[in-house]
Amino acid sequence: MCLAVPGKLIERDGHSGTVDVRGNRVQARLDVVPDVRLGDYVLVHAGFAISVLSDDEAAEALDLLDDPDEAMPHDGPLMP
Amino acid sequence: MTARSCHDLCRRIARRIEALPDRPVRLMEVCGTHTVAIHRAGLRGLLPPRLRLVSGPGCPVCVTPQTYVDALIELAGRPGVRVATYGDMIRVPGRSTTLERAMARGARVSVVYSIMEALSLARQAPAEQVVFAGVGFETTAPATAVGLKLAADERLANFTVLSAHKLIIPAMTALLESGDLAIDGFLCPGHVSVIIGADAYKPLAARFARPCVVAGFEAEEILRAIDLLVAQLADGRAEVENAYARVVTADGNRRAWALIEETFEPADTPWRGLGTIPGSGLAIRAELAHLDAARRFGLEITAREDDHGCRCGEVIRGAIEPPECPLFARTCTPANPVGPCMVSREGNCQACYKYSRAL
Amino acid sequence: MTDGNGNDTILLAHGGGGELSDRLVREEILSRFPSRELARLADSAVIDFPGSRLALTTDGYVVRPLFFRGGDIGRLCVAGTVNDLLMSGATPLALSLGVIVRDGFPMGDFRRILDSVAATAAEAGVQIVTGDTKTVGHNAADGIFLTTAGVGVVPEGRRLDYAAAQPGDAVLVSGTLGDHGIAIMSERQQLGFTSAIASDAAPLVEPVAALLAAAPATRCLKDPTRGGLAAALNEIARASGCSIILEESQVPVREAVAGACDLLGLDVLNVANEGKCVAIVPPDQAEAALAALRSTRYGREAARVGRVEAGKPLVVGVNDLGGRRLIEMPYGEQLPRIC
Ligand code: SF4
Repeated sequence: MCLAVPGKLIERDGHSGTVDVRGNRVQARLDVVPDVRLGDYVLVHAGFAISVLSDDEAAEALDLLDDPDEAMPHDGPLMP
Repeated sequence: MTARSCHDLCRRIARRIEALPDRPVRLMEVCGTHTVAIHRAGLRGLLPPRLRLVSGPGCPVCVTPQTYVDALIELAGRPGVRVATYGDMIRVPGRSTTLERAMARGARVSVVYSIMEALSLARQAPAEQVVFAGVGFETTAPATAVGLKLAADERLANFTVLSAHKLIIPAMTALLESGDLAIDGFLCPGHVSVIIGADAYKPLAARFARPCVVAGFEAEEILRAIDLLVAQLADGRAEVENAYARVVTADGNRRAWALIEETFEPADTPWRGLGTIPGSGLAIRAELAHLDAARRFGLEITAREDDHGCRCGEVIRGAIEPPECPLFARTCTPANPVGPCMVSREGNCQACYKYSRAL
Repeated sequence: MTDGNGNDTILLAHGGGGELSDRLVREEILSRFPSRELARLADSAVIDFPGSRLALTTDGYVVRPLFFRGGDIGRLCVAGTVNDLLMSGATPLALSLGVIVRDGFPMGDFRRILDSVAATAAEAGVQIVTGDTKTVGHNAADGIFLTTAGVGVVPEGRRLDYAAAQPGDAVLVSGTLGDHGIAIMSERQQLGFTSAIASDAAPLVEPVAALLAAAPATRCLKDPTRGGLAAALNEIARASGCSIILEESQVPVREAVAGACDLLGLDVLNVANEGKCVAIVPPDQAEAALAALRSTRYGREAARVGRVEAGKPLVVGVNDLGGRRLIEMPYGEQLPRIC
């Protein structure tokens, strides 16, 4: 129901700022993330930063790569 | 995303399903963006057939009533009025036509990516009335709230909002209260939850004994959430779990909520296919009545529908699967949609149509 | 397209290169002009002529803005016309240029556009040999429109045809997808984003020559312009009666283009390109074709992205997970969305 993309806040001018989304510069309002700092990663939806991503993001992204189940034996690929 | 871990997750989900009693396990992905992500990644084909993923009411296009679309079309045709809307609404059928077709006959419609652009349009053309189509769930409503506050502060005399904003918890509650909802658990919308927080689902999980898991949008994040849901079913638990913790907190974005509360109040609102749901919409507060397009232009949005035989309501409730609609893939196709579930790429019917033809 | 009141009008989406464009052409145009050659709906018509085979194409250019990163309407019109000839296997010979310009259009912009036409024609090795200029009143046109015709010669023995795609054939693309469409969108003010992405508008004389030399049994070429790769592959699938399997992870896309697509809710496969081609080649020539493309300036990022299979005439995307999805003919113009 809502597309939102992560990007890095690279400029700030009062209530709005510029977010770098994979090499694109996007204007975003910062009204609902008043404590955001330059360099933070934010989630942008419809021209608004709606949240600041936590520092744990990297940790969690790495976590995603872990084997999801050590308890169950592997039995070959599911799909050829 | 690694293929290996996704396959491991799929295998584990399959095992858990096998251990459950032999009947379909139905999980509702409430959010249309999940529907799209599931379709894009082809996840249905990787999951056991007994696991059914049902798209819920979380596509703003699918649930916006025809009379709202009609009102936008009517406004855009009035002299001196321009409608500014997200691109999502352009091809949604009202009772007789779409904004796109109305544009071809001269209606003034601007597609915008943000309400800020709608405000700019109003500032640039003081002689024109700009009406912003305020659609979307809790994720999008804070943007509209900021837009309303800016318009009020600047005393913009030619800007209004026609609000069709909707709230997801009352809709889920209404679905569950209807009693005939054949859904075993909910994959909860990641970006709505950014605003409302994961804890918002706790009363639902407890009252209706349905597990709720907040999910991200990568294939692996969705599979993780499905795995957690199936594990809860296996254990007989019905809890709220947050599988998107890098983005979603327990409390949500308080500042965003405060802005919504300053500008809107809950209202009984019609949902296409579901009827009017108490407290499920956001109406502009009386203090800002001068910015409310419904009041300025004397419009009423009702649940009245010309359904042309469309059974989207039942599809959205998970009561039937799209192929059970007699119009599915016959008169109703993505190129020529009868109902909103076929218009939107987030709609269950469109996703189902595309998926079934790819096999 | 009819609304509930029985009123027909042309919609912007009729020009979007997707399903609606396709229907307009089939229902309104083909029915009135009975021609076997037209019915092929190829990029150029090929006319048998005593002693040679002529390729003929025509096109109109209405892009806004007129100037954008990586090109302008002038470069676009030459590249587009030359590429249409190349896609039919022809060697481009000459172009015509029609200009419709409104009263009050800045002379400086007019000169700049014509200079760009000249430079691109020189790059492509073609001449502008005839032309026409019309001026219209202030309200009759928005700025400037260009129209072209192009002629070329198809060498003896070469027959490129979408219908010739066969099960087993490889699907190649000559480079990254979506650059042109995203470059244009990023220049449109109200979308609120800017990007360093430049349009790929370019005449593909060199890569196509290299490709056809290395893979003489190439079945067909197609430029994925409006409607993007999705539209191009769907047309080939329909004409050949075969399925096309697209390995989605192999499709070359620039990081910033992927980011802009995420931001605007677009599928990069539906986004327009103006300097790329799709080639369907027999499997035993696929590697040679790819190497030849990669040896050229506009083909450096060429990739093998899929294969033709027996089956329904559909395009199916397969991802890393083995998940499958139907890649449909896009409906019409791509619109930014929030959902
Ligand atoms: S197939 Fe079409 S008519 Fe039937 S429920 Fe879905 S959208 Fe409505």
